[in-house]
Amino acid sequence: MSDQATDRTVPQMITGRFQYDDAHTIERYQATDGYAALRTALQMHPEDVHAEIKEASLLGRGGAGFPAGVKWGFCPPGVWPRYFVVNGDESEPGTYKDRLLMERDPHQLIEGVLIGAYATGCAQAFLYVRGEMALAQERIAAALNEAYAAGLVGKDILGSSFSCDIVLHWGAGAYIVGEETALIESLEGNRGMPRLKPPYFPAAKGLYMQPTIVNNVETMANVPWIIRNGAEAYTAYGAESSRGTRMFAVSGHVKKPGVHEVEFGTTTFRDLIYGHCGGIRGNHTLKAFIPGGASAPWFYEEHLDLPLEAGAVGAAGSMLGSGAIVVMDDTTDAVKAAWRVVRFFARESCGKCTPCREGTSWLEKVLRRMLDGQGRPEDIALLLDLCDNISPSIAWPPKQTTICPLGPSAVSPIASAIMRFKPEFQAYCGGGDVPTSVTINGKAYLPPEGAPAGV
Amino acid sequence: MPRFTAENTILAKEIIARYPHPKSALIPLLHLAQEQDGHLAEDAMVHIAELIDHTPAEVIGTASFYEMFKREPVGDYLINVCTNIACMLMGGEELLHHLEDRLDIRPGSTTADGMFTLEDVECIAACTEAPCLTVNYRYFHKISTDEADQLLEDLRAGRRAHEIPKHGTLARVRQSIPADRRAGAAVPGECGQPVWMTPKDESEDAPA
Repeated sequence: MSDQATDRTVPQMITGRFQYDDAHTIERYQATDGYAALRTALQMHPEDVHAEIKEASLLGRGGAGFPAGVKWGFCPPGVWPRYFVVNGDESEPGTYKDRLLMERDPHQLIEGVLIGAYATGCAQAFLYVRGEMALAQERIAAALNEAYAAGLVGKDILGSSFSCDIVLHWGAGAYIVGEETALIESLEGNRGMPRLKPPYFPAAKGLYMQPTIVNNVETMANVPWIIRNGAEAYTAYGAESSRGTRMFAVSGHVKKPGVHEVEFGTTTFRDLIYGHCGGIRGNHTLKAFIPGGASAPWFYEEHLDLPLEAGAVGAAGSMLGSGAIVVMDDTTDAVKAAWRVVRFFARESCGKCTPCREGTSWLEKVLRRMLDGQGRPEDIALLLDLCDNISPSIAWPPKQTTICPLGPSAVSPIASAIMRFKPEFQAYCGGGDVPTSVTINGKAYLPPEGAPAGV
Repeated sequence: MPRFTAENTILAKEIIARYPHPKSALIPLLHLAQEQDGHLAEDAMVHIAELIDHTPAEVIGTASFYEMFKREPVGDYLINVCTNIACMLMGGEELLHHLEDRLDIRPGSTTADGMFTLEDVECIAACTEAPCLTVNYRYFHKISTDEADQLLEDLRAGRRAHEIPKHGTLARVRQSIPADRRAGAAVPGECGQPVWMTPKDESEDAPA
């Protein structure tokens, strides 16, 4: 199945309990090493707990891949109180892992948060769960109620001097709230619009302008395993730049779509798509795949042997993002798929920055016009011109004209689709050899064919 | 146009007390109002403004940003069909169009009998189970058009009432923090360094 001949078994570090139907109960959790890591951590000095996570090189699993241990160190000394916030607002198209972790193993998340709050000196934690995820909210509420009753959360946890409330908070439907400063705005009771940077890190100034650690659900789910088994055991898995395991959701035109926890940084796209997921459905062939959520430029056949590692994927012109792989076979209409991705960004733009608010909705309208049979010869150049206005030079990684990456994120997938499937776009614009270049700063510009997203 | 009931007012105050600043409780309180009335009634928003000591305009300002908050009544069952990329590839649009035909409404509207509201939504995090939909935020994975028809019939006949609460009710389990276990909200200006954060050298000198 895997290209690498390995004889060792990679542990299911965060999905191991999914085999039990009652994994969400405190009984099952405690019977399967649950809260052992919290007990261990409370015997350690908070700085040592922090050092262990840093040593493990645990990368953030929300999309940006920033090392959690480093982020935890950004809190300015002597500024109190600090807050711990978990980002459970999973909404990136194709991403399906945090909902599973919250529904199936909520105690694992709670334990991770407690250890994180202990290590960083946070006096209060908030679990921000996506509004639409009713079952996750129920499971977390029940788990918190059990954990409070067992003395595991709240005042003097397990008889120690560590006290921390965990408050279950939930959103009400807005993708942009996944951006950490927007999430903080939302947690303050405001419209979920990203904050102007600097300050770049909420760890310096976050909730109520106090130091705030914001981590993704999957990131925190890894913490109990690391403390239980040690950073050394953790770094025995994965590539040097990407330790441990990671969850990937493979959806779309594969025989067996599914969510898999695999070794991070060494597993390839081919292992996942053709191994775990059985390959392309029916007698079809691969047309394209999205390697890391809707914001990621598309990948093709020639990228299948790339490892699931941020550096390698980034160098090839896309991003690993949130572990969302969407596979498209040869029956897929590239223009339609591009339109659907752009419509998402147009609908979810918060409206704060003009290039994103106007640009994404223009892109959506032009693509919709093409699909409706009203494409004009100049439309491809117009699309690229719009892309350039939202993200100058359509560069990768995108250059930002906006406060947050949402608008520029819409550009790269479109540009990559236009370059790869030019004849399909041309066919919607009256066919023939319609212009596909655009003049930028007086220079005719055409993204090179080889690069998924421009220059 | 109702305000919070006496019982919900007590609950609202409990929720507010969990946060360092009352306004942080705004979204949970809006959900509570929607749970009480099925949508956000004008007076409930005024009541929330009083409870968190902000203006009604600020409450409406926040409420209007989020898709789940309905300022007009919706059907008993809100059907959200995902048509984002993974679902689109697997027939999400066809599923939506099928339901449009069956219910004889367009996305964003409610059937004349007030039973169903249909929405065309963005990714709901069930991509490997496409196409999918939710009814009052309860998931239905890999759903065929025939299964969708059966679901409508079941909903009409009240056969799903035990698993799908009325619109507005999200989690049927509430978090409740027992008074004797409560660590308390960490209010800026009132909190110093946490006791367990003694610098390492000092703690090593201290007797075990």
